[in-house]
Amino acid sequence: MDVWTLISFGPDGWGDDIAYGVLVTASLALATLPLGLFVGFMVALAKRSPDKTLRLAGDIYTTIFRGLPELLTLFLVFYGAQIGIQQIVRVFDPGASIEVNSFVAGMVALGAVFSSYASEVFLSAFRAIPKGQYEGGYSIGLSKGQTMRLVVLPQLIKIALPGLSNLWLILLKDTALVSVIGLADILRQSSIAARVTKEAFLFFGLACLIYLVLAIISSVGIGAIERAVGKADIQR
Amino acid sequence: MSLAGSPSETIDPPPPPARGWPRERIVGTALLGLWTLLGLGIILFLIRSWDPDLFAKYAPFYLSGLGVTLALVAISSLIGAVLSIPIAYARMSKNPLLYGPAYAYVYFFRGTPLLAQTFLIYYGFGSFRPQLEAIGLWGFFREAWYCAILAFSLNTAAYQAEILRGAIESVPKGQWEGATSLGLSKLQTLYKVILPQALIVALRPYGNEIILMIKGSAIVAIITVYDLMGETRRAYSRTFDFQTYIWAALIYLSVVETLRHAIEWIERRITRHLKR
Amino acid sequence: MRIAMRIALAASTIALAIGSAQAQQLKLKIGTEGAYPPFNNLTSDGKLEGFDIDIARALCEEMKAECEFVTQDWDGIIPALQAGKFDAIIASMSITDERKKQVDFTNKYYNTPPAIAVPKNSDINGITKEDLAGKSVGVQGSTTHSNYSETTYTDSDVKLYPTAEEYKLDIINGRLDAVNDDIIVLQEWLATPEGECCKIAGAITPVETIHGPGAGIAIRKGEAELAEKFNTAIDAIRANGKYKEINDKYFDFDAYGS
Repeated sequence: MDVWTLISFGPDGWGDDIAYGVLVTASLALATLPLGLFVGFMVALAKRSPDKTLRLAGDIYTTIFRGLPELLTLFLVFYGAQIGIQQIVRVFDPGASIEVNSFVAGMVALGAVFSSYASEVFLSAFRAIPKGQYEGGYSIGLSKGQTMRLVVLPQLIKIALPGLSNLWLILLKDTALVSVIGLADILRQSSIAARVTKEAFLFFGLACLIYLVLAIISSVGIGAIERAVGKADIQR
Repeated sequence: MSLAGSPSETIDPPPPPARGWPRERIVGTALLGLWTLLGLGIILFLIRSWDPDLFAKYAPFYLSGLGVTLALVAISSLIGAVLSIPIAYARMSKNPLLYGPAYAYVYFFRGTPLLAQTFLIYYGFGSFRPQLEAIGLWGFFREAWYCAILAFSLNTAAYQAEILRGAIESVPKGQWEGATSLGLSKLQTLYKVILPQALIVALRPYGNEIILMIKGSAIVAIITVYDLMGETRRAYSRTFDFQTYIWAALIYLSVVETLRHAIEWIERRITRHLKR
Repeated sequence: MRIAMRIALAASTIALAIGSAQAQQLKLKIGTEGAYPPFNNLTSDGKLEGFDIDIARALCEEMKAECEFVTQDWDGIIPALQAGKFDAIIASMSITDERKKQVDFTNKYYNTPPAIAVPKNSDINGITKEDLAGKSVGVQGSTTHSNYSETTYTDSDVKLYPTAEEYKLDIINGRLDAVNDDIIVLQEWLATPEGECCKIAGAITPVETIHGPGAGIAIRKGEAELAEKFNTAIDAIRANGKYKEINDKYFDFDAYGS
């Protein structure tokens, strides 16, 4: 079979399977992003809290998820957490079973890794915002929450954007690891195609190219967001 | 706000540090409690499933796996460091013939997953055996270990080139001009003036890159290299005991933490003269 | 409040129990690997086929159960069963004492001997430890074959692969000098165009402590009722000719063994 048949969308081709893999990779990354951003922001808040216990709790979180290999985190979440949850549920209801599917497991594991790095990005962005901004907010009668939302956050996002874009690109690549826990992403679909057709170079090369295209699309998107944020700055 | 007070009181003083049990402390204590519970749970699990025979049998394997992981990272980082110099040079050049390929190289290796690159080199090149034999390279690609070194070196070279470039560009242009005006050649300037300053900037990114490599190296287990993760998988495949993975997690965590603290210590040492 | 929750929980438990009693149809999720031809593998359009799959379908029909297949990589197949991702593993899993510590097994549903395959032009003439000394031996990890290879061929470089497909790639391109697997798996592969490279060097005499009594169906510990259902169904399809029908589709001898 020639190359074009192999990567076509027909019954003999693997194009449709790999396209499905792209869909899985993209939706996993997109689903992880909000989770990772939210948790990362919360952890950053904890780490700059005046309270020692909260700071320590945040530091433990980052230490663990930045120190473990992503592959191991994935495995621990996928099997370990599931067995743990199962045992807790069984205490209440011996017959029940709660299923954490590989998509959710991937989302949680990648989200944990993403958020621990994101918390550092947010933290350094927080440090870049002068104290006067908060004081200014309070002095015009804004509450703590309002100051955060209306004064600090818009600046924070702008400062944190380059760091976060970088993390997004890393996340996109880390999704490849979910192929190991059986989620049919780009790499897994390509591996199956490579195994069945024995065209390893073709399919792994194709997988690399697809990741590259995703990275390029992301860069274009990030560029647009950065310009939009920058423009808002000029208008002010 | 009270209008009745003197003018100086119209501005609220900063809130005094909270006493007693404010919300933050409650949340913090609860979260710490959760961590403690998790830690205790893991310790309890390890104690309950403690098996001296198992330990005696697999501890040496874990040690050798750790050795393989560290060797892989050390060798690839060194090769990557050497490779990164010409790449960074080309990347900073104004000649498009140099700049173009270097940019493409860096973009490819930073834009695709390391796992996919490793598969491409191990299984992808593996399918070109006759061609590789013809040019005498098959002996190299035959071994998973060399394939892993190649993939990791090429990958980290791209990242290190960017670190190097960023660090050199972070040194103000005036330093170059100053050195030139003193009559130093370009090479002398680079070695004596620019690099010492650039490396201080680069230390932390370099450290992070090595940590990322240690974590990333776990994937070589998938291409039959017995690194720490590979030994863990092997131990697990024999015992079906989940504690094998917990031990691996603890080892990885302590290696990464040790390294991180070492880098911070070095950074503090070499930036002592910059402290004001 | 707390009492109310207890009552609610208890009520839901009862509701669940009633629910399961009323459901006549037994619903089962079957875990398999999908990379181990001819027992279980994916076709080029991504469908499961093979001896294990056909046997599983026949058993489900016999048990009047509605079955759904889930593919899972071999390394994680036991944790996934324990974690409840499926209710039974029908994936040519050999019954061994080590695995019995983690899961329960039904009786065997087939038993075939292991073997060694080597490239056709290989200088390996036997399958003893000495014959394979200094050679690289590929085998799928977490299997009885990997246990056998690692304990027997201690002078060889034993390499563990995640699936059978990957060691096949590596013996074709010459990274491996020999591979160890079930004889059926190897023969099936040798009959294909990709298997032209290689030949069987010899069959291994099964070692009871390593290879066990054959391949069984793995289920979570303590689910004796399900194991019994499977055992009855295995006996039934052995008796009514369904097993033979499937067996003859794949093999020219009785895979059930003695």
